[in-house]
Amino acid sequence: MYNLPIINVVEFLIVFPFIMAVIVGFMKKANHARSAVVIGGGFIIMAASIYVAVKTLCGADQGERFLTETKGADILIMAGEAFLLCLVIFLSIKYKKYYCILLSAAGTLPILWMDLSGNGVEGQMHIRVDALAAIMYLIVGVVGTLICMYACGYMKDYHHHHTDVQNRSSYFLAMLFVFLGAMFGLISSDNLSWIFFFWEITSVVSFLLIGYTRTQEAVNNSFRALWMNLLGDVAFAGGILFCTFALQISNLSQLTALDQNAVPMVLAPVTLFAFAALVKSAQMPFSRWLLGAMVAPTPSSALLDSATMVKVGVYMLLRLSPLMAGNITGIMVTVVGGFTFFATSLLAISQSDGKKVLAYSTISNLGLITACAGVGQPEAVWAGTMLMLFHAVSKSLLFQTVGDIENCMGSRDIEDMHGLIIKLPRLAFVMIIGICGMFMAPFGMLVAKWAALRSFVDTDSVWLVLFLVYGSGSTLFYWAKWLGKICTVIHRSEAIKDITHKSEYISIVPLTTMIVVMCFAFPWMSDHMIQPVLEETFSSSIPNVIGGSDVLVMLIMLAMLFIVPIGSRVLAIGKKNKMTMGYIAGVNTGDDRHFTDSFGQPKAVYMANWYMEDYFGEKKLLWPVIWVAAVIVVIMLILGIGGAL
Amino acid sequence: MMTANNIIFAVLFIVLAPLIGGFLDGVDRVFTARMQGRQGPPVLQPFYDVYKLLHKQTTVVNSIQILFIISYTIFTIFTGCIFFAGGDLLLVFFSLSMAEVMLILAAFSTNAPYSYMGTQRELVQMMSYEPMTLLLAIGFYLATSSFKVGHIVESGIPAICQLPGMFIAFIFILIIKLRKSPFDISTSHHAHQEVVKGITTDISGQNLALTEITEWYDNVLMLGFVALFFITKNPVSYVWAVIACLVVYFIETLIDNVFPRVKYMTMLVSAWVVTLVFAGVNMLILSLIK
Repeated sequence: MYNLPIINVVEFLIVFPFIMAVIVGFMKKANHARSAVVIGGGFIIMAASIYVAVKTLCGADQGERFLTETKGADILIMAGEAFLLCLVIFLSIKYKKYYCILLSAAGTLPILWMDLSGNGVEGQMHIRVDALAAIMYLIVGVVGTLICMYACGYMKDYHHHHTDVQNRSSYFLAMLFVFLGAMFGLISSDNLSWIFFFWEITSVVSFLLIGYTRTQEAVNNSFRALWMNLLGDVAFAGGILFCTFALQISNLSQLTALDQNAVPMVLAPVTLFAFAALVKSAQMPFSRWLLGAMVAPTPSSALLDSATMVKVGVYMLLRLSPLMAGNITGIMVTVVGGFTFFATSLLAISQSDGKKVLAYSTISNLGLITACAGVGQPEAVWAGTMLMLFHAVSKSLLFQTVGDIENCMGSRDIEDMHGLIIKLPRLAFVMIIGICGMFMAPFGMLVAKWAALRSFVDTDSVWLVLFLVYGSGSTLFYWAKWLGKICTVIHRSEAIKDITHKSEYISIVPLTTMIVVMCFAFPWMSDHMIQPVLEETFSSSIPNVIGGSDVLVMLIMLAMLFIVPIGSRVLAIGKKNKMTMGYIAGVNTGDDRHFTDSFGQPKAVYMANWYMEDYFGEKKLLWPVIWVAAVIVVIMLILGIGGAL
Repeated sequence: MMTANNIIFAVLFIVLAPLIGGFLDGVDRVFTARMQGRQGPPVLQPFYDVYKLLHKQTTVVNSIQILFIISYTIFTIFTGCIFFAGGDLLLVFFSLSMAEVMLILAAFSTNAPYSYMGTQRELVQMMSYEPMTLLLAIGFYLATSSFKVGHIVESGIPAICQLPGMFIAFIFILIIKLRKSPFDISTSHHAHQEVVKGITTDISGQNLALTEITEWYDNVLMLGFVALFFITKNPVSYVWAVIACLVVYFIETLIDNVFPRVKYMTMLVSAWVVTLVFAGVNMLILSLIK
């Protein structure tokens, strides 16, 4: 096999999406040529990222580092930072949201000054490709590019329905590719200033994506996302300055290599970076930006929620994880994560908008990953990394299906999905697998949650255990009632036209397959993907958190899920069951939608799920929860930074 | 891994559980009748009922419904097999919720208002007891440092000594699990407090028989958890375990007859609070002294 050096492929992966963005940005017409370019480019990115990931995971167990001489790239990055600053200033003035200028300047200017004045610490490798980066390559490269391909077909239908929105779909696709490029840059970089640059790109691009429709709501929500993320950026910049001037280090790997007992000061930058990461992964009290992001077209929600933006935050936390073991920052991060998991799973109960449920569930699951990272023990990181992988696949599939259902039915409300299995059987089937993947045994998310639970018990994190068990109760509630809504069979109902494009199935089919395959593959994944991460981070490997006979039992369960339907079909042959209509306590008029009442008049039946607005509604719960979380975060900042100095 | 012993226990569960479950159901009816000053049916009445149901023509609302009910039965039995074969407690509970979801989907699929209301209520019931079931597994782990039932039964002292709070909380959620009043909100054994038949409204004939039998399996499994609190490597402990199961079952029947049904929010809040206060504090203390 021809041996391509990894560094060249990595460089290609960082630069190529930006080139793709320029090409796609100039293809204004939504035609086959554009779809072909996006799909072709997408496959190239996917192939390259799989190549890097496989090479890294199978190759040396030490992460590889590259590039010391980076004059050219540094200038490019400084120019990029200046450009982002100008862009934010311009848009803030245009929409009269001046506070964003202050935040953006407060984050970017000190870093620019540090680089220009030559105060930055030089001489370290700038690029590092290791096992955790490899896993992120797989998530971004496979799930992320699949979303871009999906976006081609989706945007065509989207503008078909939303004629009031100006068609800027080429710009939208271009932004998706920029996002991918930034992600590759971020996960490959080891130099903190470089990470900061890519970190800022994700902040600004997500802001642009959210504001795509330019309606008043979209503008407001996008600026909310912007100010929150810029606040995170300011904390990040503070962390970098601290590292440079107080600790004389320039790289993330140098920071994580420090011993927190020998250098107690290290807690200050760790706290600042953790704060930035909490904002990025939309943890309470910053969760509102991700909920607001749901106004954007579905591909961007899928990208932000599953493969890219929010994963950056937990990626950073997993990197910092060894430094958070047993100190105040770690404890506070776990508390924020656990609390977010519980609170958002309650809030999700009251939502009937499909995308909002998905958003809350995203925040909830990220809370769990955050909590895992904060524990700072190998078992917890094992669970956190598994969760990250499974979540990316299941969630992006669910977003895409909700998007397609919205295109077909004109609504994404869960109440309107009543009887979906008859109306849109194919999409309903995909959605059932996606939802099962989120909460049912033996699918991936549950396995990872199980591992998380075990690691919390083993590390004596009693409060986390409580958050987790209560949170799983409410998680079960909101997923199961959605699942049931889809499975309702209405008599004399007809299928509606499935207008889902081929390009969308290019993305949906592999994701569905991946959910099922990952059930079988997770012991293998643990050995070849997660264990290398643990070896790197903790220089120790642990026995598989879930293994042995449990895996066997789960495989039997999975097999039963396939055998039982077939078996019961076989048993039913030759047996005649009398068919009847559902019992309505009045005569069913024959269509399951009306019954004859006591006056002999037909009356309509409507069956709604419970949302329990009075108990779990946003009006009741959201702000108190945000305030509690805000207090925790402030305590974390004060104790984490103050304690270190 | 699997040993001959494990398989024997699993097979015994498959064969005996419906007999024990049906018998207990019959005893329950007699007790209930006597508490209310009635004569009551013969002890074997549940078996007669199921026998009759099995010979009735089955009416179904749609073909998926049967599929879900069969899945409900199979997964419940499978769950019991994992438990009695000495498997992982957490896995047992995950598998059990999967079985429950199958029953809920069977009711959802009918698209009929009473079943539908039953599903929502059943889901709230699940949400109420889910935290306790998971905490129970964790409690056993803290007490015996293993999640495996096979290891737990070989400990030196009975787990109840370390898990009294967990035991109380488990008895509490067992009221929900055994469908006893005041928490029998999704479907009830008592006609007078029933909204039609809740989640099982649209299940009939052989399917209803299957649901009944599955419930017996489920009840025996639940009593298995009760027994787990008492069993040690000393064979005499099995006697204590059986006595404990009978006492608990009697207490549940008593509660069933004393309290009228409550609203679902009362159930959710009380189940969560009891879980937190008894099981949570128990866990906190255990992890502190460990």
